[in-house]
Amino acid sequence: MLYREAGQFKTDYAADQQIFPILQDRIFVFGVIAAAFAIVPAIASEYLYTEILIPFLILSLAAIGLNILVGYCGQVSLGTGGFMAVGAYAAYNLWLRVPEANNLVVVFLFGGLMAAAVGILFGLPSLRIKGFYLAVATLASQFFLDWLFARVKWLTNYTPSGSVAVGDLHVFGWRIDGPADRYLLILGMVVVATIVAKNLVRGHIGRSWMAIRDMDIAAEIIGFRPLRTKLLAFAVSSFFIGVAGAMWGFLRLGSWEPLAFDINRSFQILFMVIIGGLGSLVGSFMGAAFIVLTPVLLNQLPGWLGVNMSTAMISHLEFMVFGAMIVFFLIVEPHGLARLWAVAKEKLRLWPFPH
Amino acid sequence: MDSRLRSFPDVLLSVENISLSFGGVNALTDISFDIAKGEVRAIIGPNGAGKSSMLNCINGFYHPQHGAITYKGVRRNQMKPHEAAEQGIARTFQNIALFRGMSTLDNIMTGRNLRMKTGLLWQALHIGPARREEIEHRKAVERIIEFLEIQHIRKAPVGTLPYGLQKRVELGRALAAEPELLLLDEPMAGMNIEEKQDMCRFILDVNDEFGTTICLIEHDMSVVMDISDRVVVLDYGRKIGDGTPDEIKKNEAVITAYLGVGH
Ligand SMILES: Nc1ncnc2c1ncn2[C@@H]1O[C@H](COP(=O)(O)OP(=O)(O)OP(=O)(O)O)[C@@H](O)[C@H]1O
Ligand SMILES: [Mg+2]
Repeated sequence: MLYREAGQFKTDYAADQQIFPILQDRIFVFGVIAAAFAIVPAIASEYLYTEILIPFLILSLAAIGLNILVGYCGQVSLGTGGFMAVGAYAAYNLWLRVPEANNLVVVFLFGGLMAAAVGILFGLPSLRIKGFYLAVATLASQFFLDWLFARVKWLTNYTPSGSVAVGDLHVFGWRIDGPADRYLLILGMVVVATIVAKNLVRGHIGRSWMAIRDMDIAAEIIGFRPLRTKLLAFAVSSFFIGVAGAMWGFLRLGSWEPLAFDINRSFQILFMVIIGGLGSLVGSFMGAAFIVLTPVLLNQLPGWLGVNMSTAMISHLEFMVFGAMIVFFLIVEPHGLARLWAVAKEKLRLWPFPH
Repeated sequence: MDSRLRSFPDVLLSVENISLSFGGVNALTDISFDIAKGEVRAIIGPNGAGKSSMLNCINGFYHPQHGAITYKGVRRNQMKPHEAAEQGIARTFQNIALFRGMSTLDNIMTGRNLRMKTGLLWQALHIGPARREEIEHRKAVERIIEFLEIQHIRKAPVGTLPYGLQKRVELGRALAAEPELLLLDEPMAGMNIEEKQDMCRFILDVNDEFGTTICLIEHDMSVVMDISDRVVVLDYGRKIGDGTPDEIKKNEAVITAYLGVGH
């Protein structure tokens, strides 16, 4: 089918304000979601679930959360790992201490809400400081949270080394057992979360974030409240990140220690946002896919090429590829893979008559 | 050319003995004047005279060290910018201050932010009140887009637009707030004759049709004399003239200080 806008006249503003105003985009996205729900479970292997699809989906959600803060509201954060940890440990404590709440939706939402509260707290300095200094302040929040979960034993139920484990998981009476169950639950929640994120960024709240990002003084002069707007971005962003952290602990790892959410995690999510595209939800998925798939592909590469390569060499290669990509995108295309994709689509729309 | 002889009985805003300094620089010294409801009031003066600083005091962006501003009957020494916005004061800037990463449509939509009230949960679901509100305000914004004749750039990111159009979008964003008092800082700077004529027409239409009071800064004397009801003249932070365009043209102090230089 040709990718064309022609002939699709918008008759009212509701139609023009749809998430995907172009019919072909709509069909494509619904097709992908339908396939993810119906076809993937019929064919996926355990490896595909646990090493690719589950990490991809959860990290996409974390990237969406961070993108709201960095890409939409323009506030840099290096504390993503810490906020994921808050989500994971808050969820763990609810699950552990309130047996009646053994419903993962409730548990995850609680994790998200606690992360949002902590996010607001660590977002307070953003009223006064910007850019590099804010990045350092959020980095401090990362270290503080690392320290908190390593030292305050109650939070990790007095287990040695702070390693906690969960099991016997339910959602509204549905027992979450194998990788297929976990995948479907995550997929469902990520789809809902993405729609919520899209709704927020396309409405007046999203415009308030972008106004603060693009020119905070002008934003204030037309009536936006900078502090309120920034804190809301911190709260919503941390909420998504906290839910992602809880999912990572409960559904990806099953048992974890604070190290799972250290500074490396913060950088990993930030790289996804930069490579995928600042200020793009689709880009968050692309960035997550890129970061999850690159190591997998690099591992296969020597086999395909028929050369011998040590694992150390491969992990060096990984760093080099990420480093090069980040430099490339920061300098050449801050809107990341999402923009490259949009440009390709634009070409396709004009093809085969480029003039 | 003759000024448009109209009369304006009510005072909307009055500035009393405002003084503003930055370190040792006196940007404004003991300035008093008023803006009547419904008029087009111009502020003129050579570069660095303190014109922009005056607008910045009116909308709460600068806080004068002395004096007070009475707006709609309320006397204040200081106001925060968002309070000014809530009170119906909108403005444009000498150096365009658009949200460069957003489209024309979104930029103008931000002008309506104070009227958009649905909370986080409705927004997250984008149903019911949130949806109705978005469509209702979209309609108002579309009327402004039509009025300013910028339909063709509705979806374009403003960062990519030529200067003249950016100025127009910025006016649109200010109009979207449906202000009572509209402050325009050099709305026609850097425009060609045609663009200036369009801009004059928009300003006069806004003033006529919506009764919006306008206070503008402009360097082009023929424009100022054409469209304004009254003119304030500043020089080195002091007021040296105040009156109708005809009076200003005859004012000796103004002629020596300003009109004589380069005009
Ligand atoms: N934020 C500021 N900090 C320091 N000095 C300032 C600031 N804003 C204005 N000034 C000074 O105040 C004086 C008046 O400046 P202002 O911008 O109000 O002049 P203007 O009449 O708008 O000039 P122009 O025609 O060039 O726009 C100048 O000497 C300027 O350097
Ligand atoms: Mg100025």
